Amino acid sequence: MTSAVVMKGISKAFGGVKALDNVDFEVFPGEVHALLGGNGAGKSTILKVLNGVHKPDTGTIIVAGTPLTTHTPEASRAAGIAMNFQEMSLIPTLTVAQNIFLTREARTPRGFLDDPTCETKAAEIFAMLEVKVDPKAIVGTLGAGQKQLTEIAKAISQTSRVLILDEPSTALAVSDVERLFTFLRKLKAQGVAVIYVSHRMDEIARIADRATILRDGKHVITAPMADLPIDVMIEHIVGKRSKGLADVQRGDAARGEVLLEARNLSGAHKPHNVSFTLHRGEVLGLAGLLGSGRSALARVIAGVEPAVSGEIRIKGQPVAIRKPSDAISAGVALVPEARATQGIIPAHSVTSNMVLAVLNRISDKGMVDRQKAKTLTDDMIKRLSIKTASRDHAVSTLSGGNQQKVVIGKWLATDPDILVLDEPTAGIDIGSKSEIIRLVRDLAAQGKGIVMISSELSELLTACDRILVMADGRAHQMIDRATLDDLTEPDAGHRLQGAERQLQIEIQKALAFEPTQEVSHG
Amino acid sequence: MANAIPTPMGGFFTNWRQNIIYIGFVLIFVIFALTLSQKGFLNPTNLLNIIRQTAMIAVMAVAMTFVLASGEIDLSIGAVAGLATVTVAMAIAVAGPVAGVLAGIATGIAVGCFNGFLTTKVGIPSFLTTLAMMGIAKGVAMWISSTAAVPILSPNYSWLFGGGSIGPIPVLLFWMLVIGAIGHFVLRRTGFGRRVLATGGGETAARYSGIDTATIKFKVLVLSSTAAAIAGMLYAGRLQSGRFQLGEGDELSVIAAAVLGGTSLFGGKGTVVGTIVGALMIGLINNGLILMGLEFSQQLIARGAIIILAVALSQKKA
Repeated sequence: MTSAVVMKGISKAFGGVKALDNVDFEVFPGEVHALLGGNGAGKSTILKVLNGVHKPDTGTIIVAGTPLTTHTPEASRAAGIAMNFQEMSLIPTLTVAQNIFLTREARTPRGFLDDPTCETKAAEIFAMLEVKVDPKAIVGTLGAGQKQLTEIAKAISQTSRVLILDEPSTALAVSDVERLFTFLRKLKAQGVAVIYVSHRMDEIARIADRATILRDGKHVITAPMADLPIDVMIEHIVGKRSKGLADVQRGDAARGEVLLEARNLSGAHKPHNVSFTLHRGEVLGLAGLLGSGRSALARVIAGVEPAVSGEIRIKGQPVAIRKPSDAISAGVALVPEARATQGIIPAHSVTSNMVLAVLNRISDKGMVDRQKAKTLTDDMIKRLSIKTASRDHAVSTLSGGNQQKVVIGKWLATDPDILVLDEPTAGIDIGSKSEIIRLVRDLAAQGKGIVMISSELSELLTACDRILVMADGRAHQMIDRATLDDLTEPDAGHRLQGAERQLQIEIQKALAFEPTQEVSHG
Repeated sequence: MANAIPTPMGGFFTNWRQNIIYIGFVLIFVIFALTLSQKGFLNPTNLLNIIRQTAMIAVMAVAMTFVLASGEIDLSIGAVAGLATVTVAMAIAVAGPVAGVLAGIATGIAVGCFNGFLTTKVGIPSFLTTLAMMGIAKGVAMWISSTAAVPILSPNYSWLFGGGSIGPIPVLLFWMLVIGAIGHFVLRRTGFGRRVLATGGGETAARYSGIDTATIKFKVLVLSSTAAAIAGMLYAGRLQSGRFQLGEGDELSVIAAAVLGGTSLFGGKGTVVGTIVGALMIGLINNGLILMGLEFSQQLIARGAIIILAVALSQKKA
């Protein structure tokens, strides 16, 4: 039997960071092959290499016996590889049908575009998946789930030898996922190789035949699902990655008064009915998968997307947070996820960035007091130990970790009581990560209340005192960090690893909860 | 199914913002017809004059629809039209009308290739490329003509390119309709048109879908300059001469026509029919304001205000 895909010795580096290190990956025709790994394990990178978006630095790719020599999306498609791009390949201004058949449109006998035929064919695909999506709808007007279905329809409308589904289920209802699986089984029977990426172990266990696990850009194991019960999978995914974080001293939080209290907080779409309290001196983690509503909750608290119902109390007083400035004056600062676009102005100096949120305070009659700006910046550089050539250097010249510190410094300058950090370590090298985590601990010790979101569980476990597990916009469980530690384990690294496994299991459990929650909610 | 999902073609009046241009056109026409009929607004000669004055703008605006839909802009068109009037007139003087037509088209393609190369290969934004080209094209036109008008002595050329009429119908109307129809068809019904809309609607997504967005942008800029050259040929034919001033400042009317017609400055959206109506509306407004006896200064203010109002009404509420 010829393998559908053989990737051998694939390496790929981005600016010195090795995303893939000599990885082998093989998929057979007629199998669903799960690709697993934590954040930054290299899953997306290897898929993008396979479908031609990235060119590998070294290694060979053989598709159905034929080596792939050029690395472009067109060449990969010609070789029979189709992939959904997590909404990346949809044009918001075109209709669903136009998107599904983009560059492969049906033609009239004279060679002109035939939209009605495309719409009929799109409707057939959706009918086969038994989902309701209007082929004539403009994609930009659709919700996340409908967009995802459109992406999936786009991928499966191509007659392909290899179908790659990257997190196809994040925005889908449980019933839709089931229908997708029925369809995938049909494809399998036709000999199509399906590569399936998901963080949901329950799904993987149901649909996959074999699995490959990556960790830190390296191949860990490829095995039939029978040999990979969920706890073994988690063990391989987690590995000993937590090193370096393990030596961050968490210490005991001196919990003070309640700073922030959320009561039955709901946003326009997410979150749903979430309640929690945050004390002075405490770091509260939000754990969950993509689409679980963690960032949405952060945006509600910070007034970016105001709550539609529920109450926010700060130091016991109910406050109306309708826009970001309300939150800022109530003492809440959000350090957003997209650092480059929402956090800093890369071309401006460290000073300009640092004083941006407090311009009024350091200005006199509309003129910025440069001495005050310098003092403030120098204080922050020292306090956060930011490594920069000078306060006048452009922030873009700093490393990722130091850029993040500038963002944090910018918000600390507003002297907030409550700091909301959304993925503060994203795109930062390992060394700087533990430094950021240490900084978070220090800030808490100085009396701030901190809400932190991270997809890296080891970081949450290192930084947080309590962790709120979320799924599908709902809060499922508040876990005391200390209860996750196995105190009989003497080695700190192993203990953190064990805690990470525990937390993984809780997150997966929260997912399994969804169906019943759907009913009670509907 | 899908009861809450809006469809693009939904009811005409439920989507009134999208169709504001058509409603506005009819409304302004009716207002002028009622208030200015004494001054000859409805007189066929006057209405055909509006066509004569609008045709060049409309021709350029059809191509501008493609440019804007692809997420780019072309500010050089007015100057390119002026340059084309000069090259056409000079070529006719030396080698006859056929050479003139070829020279005009070649001018457009050459400028377009230059714009396209700088924008897609060198990576200078089209706003800057074409802003610079505006000055270059005008300078070349002034230089080669020594800033003097170059007469066109070929009656056949003048008749076909803008001066003539068939019965009462000006030839310019046919130019406008033919180019408009081709443009509409290409944008709506060909793979190229769809790729243009996709490129402007989401460039990364378009690339991931296997579209060579740089080539699309290159082609669109060539198309735009060529349309500007054709507009220049029409100016030259109508006025029986080539002068560098012809077409000067047209880029603003052309962009306004496309935007009035519902084409997005941010790319991804555009209709040629809307653009043509937008161009006609600008012509209509100009004509009506003149008939009202407004001074030029007042016309400028009134025209600006009407355009702002129309575009503001067509914007979606955030």
